Amino acid sequence: MTVVDQAELSGFLRRDRPGAAQLELLVRGARCAACMASIERGVAALPGVSAARFNLTTGKLSVIFSGERADPRDVIRTVEDLGYGATLFDPNTASAQADEEGRRLALALGVAGFGAGNVMMFSVPIWAGLFGQELEPATRTIMYWLSAIIATPCALYAGQTIFRSAWKSLRRGRANMDVPISVGVLLTLGVSFSETLQHGRHAYFDAAVMLLFLLLIGRWMDHQLRAKAASAARDLMALQAPIARRLDRAGVEHGVPVGEVRVDDLVVIAPGERTPVDGIVAEGASVVDNALITGETSPWPVSPGSPVHAGALNLDGRLIVRARAAVEDSALAAIARLMEAGAQSRSTYVRLADKAAAIYVPVVHGLALATFVGGWLLGLGPREALIRAAAVLIITCPCALGLAVPAVQIAASGRLFRKGILVKSGAALERLAEVNYVVLDKTGVLTTGRPELLGGLTPALADAAQLARASRHPLARSLVRAAGPGPVAAAARETAGQGVSGLVDGRPARLGRASFLGAEAASRGESEFWFGFDGEAPVRFAFADTLRADAAETIAALVKRGLDVEVLSGDTAGAVIRTCEAAGVAHYRSCLTPLDKAAAIDALKTGGRKVLMVGDGLNDAAALARASASMAPGAAMDASQNAADLVFEGEALMSVVDAIDIARAARARALENFGFSALYNLVAAPAAIIGLINPLISAIAMSGSSLVVTLNALRMNLEARR
Amino acid sequence: MTIILVLAPISLGLALVGLGAFWWTVKSGQYDDPAGDASRILNDHSDDQPIP
Repeated sequence: MTVVDQAELSGFLRRDRPGAAQLELLVRGARCAACMASIERGVAALPGVSAARFNLTTGKLSVIFSGERADPRDVIRTVEDLGYGATLFDPNTASAQADEEGRRLALALGVAGFGAGNVMMFSVPIWAGLFGQELEPATRTIMYWLSAIIATPCALYAGQTIFRSAWKSLRRGRANMDVPISVGVLLTLGVSFSETLQHGRHAYFDAAVMLLFLLLIGRWMDHQLRAKAASAARDLMALQAPIARRLDRAGVEHGVPVGEVRVDDLVVIAPGERTPVDGIVAEGASVVDNALITGETSPWPVSPGSPVHAGALNLDGRLIVRARAAVEDSALAAIARLMEAGAQSRSTYVRLADKAAAIYVPVVHGLALATFVGGWLLGLGPREALIRAAAVLIITCPCALGLAVPAVQIAASGRLFRKGILVKSGAALERLAEVNYVVLDKTGVLTTGRPELLGGLTPALADAAQLARASRHPLARSLVRAAGPGPVAAAARETAGQGVSGLVDGRPARLGRASFLGAEAASRGESEFWFGFDGEAPVRFAFADTLRADAAETIAALVKRGLDVEVLSGDTAGAVIRTCEAAGVAHYRSCLTPLDKAAAIDALKTGGRKVLMVGDGLNDAAALARASASMAPGAAMDASQNAADLVFEGEALMSVVDAIDIARAARARALENFGFSALYNLVAAPAAIIGLINPLISAIAMSGSSLVVTLNALRMNLEARR
Repeated sequence: MTIILVLAPISLGLALVGLGAFWWTVKSGQYDDPAGDASRILNDHSDDQPIP
């Protein structure tokens, strides 16, 4: 499965210091303590390896080489001999460095937790003093000063991210959720200091730190969600075979990261591999499958001089391709431009929490100001009026609002993750929940996107499968899948680009292209393989892309949820009509170019539709980027996975329905949480205005409301277990 | 009540030691692989080689 045997792979080493090199691999299938120990021991024993460390959580193996002898092939071979899969990470894209933002948030959370916990040591006696217990005013003031010493530095350190984000948003002339939080925290600290100086009773040092602590829990959860999705997406990308086999002048193959292929480099593509870059065939003849790029399912013959696109699957013979820069290809450049524009239009999407903040900020700030001015005018005196205004800001401070959405989204993405669906961001879930129109690609979405044997099991199939098991050709593999497990032909020999010959039950036989068996090729838009014993008439096996097993069921489920479904395909009309009728889709368009697809999505969006695009090919990438929300199967092209919000693994198209259901449930939970927060503020704000709030009540109200929204979010998981 | 002036700094000092320890665990990347570290303790040779 790897190119280990032929190519030299030093392009994957990262050399930060002279004389030492580092290599990163993704190891699949290692899930236990013993696996970890055997991998580390095996790799560390290799010559030239100075250390090997396997991260069981992320599945990444880092290897450090010392000295000049550093061969990634040895490492891959060792890991594979131990029975695990190994894929190299491109050193230019793999983020070997630790997650800095996560560490910063963890530290801020730790400091806020320390502050919130230790300030209680002095707050509890003060609260006791509020109820007329024995506490001298002088002692109370000492307690307040001690609270201030702990709370102020902790709040200022832990709040940094929030203050910075609030400042950024203010400079752009907008107010996000962080603005009232920052104002609330800073004003609370200020008022508390002035109260302490005047030996008053209303200092809220504990509330300021606790507020930040609860909010940072929400931030940290949101970050964990994004980090997990990002790392899983990187792993998927690494599995997409990022290795290009480049020929040097002497004709030796070197495995290099695809990004390092330059114009005019010669690249080798073996049968069963995808073309890594755009290029012109320099040597060899073959048939390529362009389904991922154009959506067209019938194979395309190529010979020296023909252009091939990145992502084309080589079906037959070994090809040598001369690379052309992607930018020179106007179609690809246009797709890239459309994708960029799509990403920009998406970044203007206003998230649920920010929508809530847009209502919440002016109301709360107006209320606090009115309390201050009104209280003063009504004869409370400036000091008491300011304390009440600060109490309004603290008690209504959006603790619950800050947790309402991240807590729900982390629960929802956990549920999706267990179903094999990856969400790239919380905003993607919100957009998916609003969708009312679903656009599907045909090839690779409604269909499996790979050749499947047509017709049932025949006696010839079992014989042909014996030869097919000796080959890596995609059609041969499909034949083996149809035939199931069985013996392998003796003395099997593969002729590149032609077929396999060998002994089946002791008789010489051949499997391969029509010309390999001397048969007449039938051109009916299907891929074919011929099989025959020497001296007998050959038998034809035809292959075509088939419908996913649950395609019809998925379409019915989507329609039942009130969604309109349409198929946009680049394939010919006949193929599209056949597939759509079988799947039960009423609306479809065929023969669309990638730009047509993007334009169709734009037209739907201007018509007021919220479009979910599901697609896998490079021809879908622009449409995926422009749709309101997008999904791509795990077998899709890199570009499409990059453009999609969600990536689903496995064969089931039903994942699309699951994702929509969970996104809608998450939205419902988030709105419930907002409703609860509004209710809480409706009670708390008047209480603060008439001066019923003291430090103890604010502490209880704040943590209580946060607890309620978090528990409500966790209901997402309870529903899943039922 | 003067005992508070002695006890409060002591308890705060202890808490600061805890915070410092947490700081160190985060900075030295000890939360990067929770699953692996839980398993490593079962392996006699887990700390034979340096951490890359």
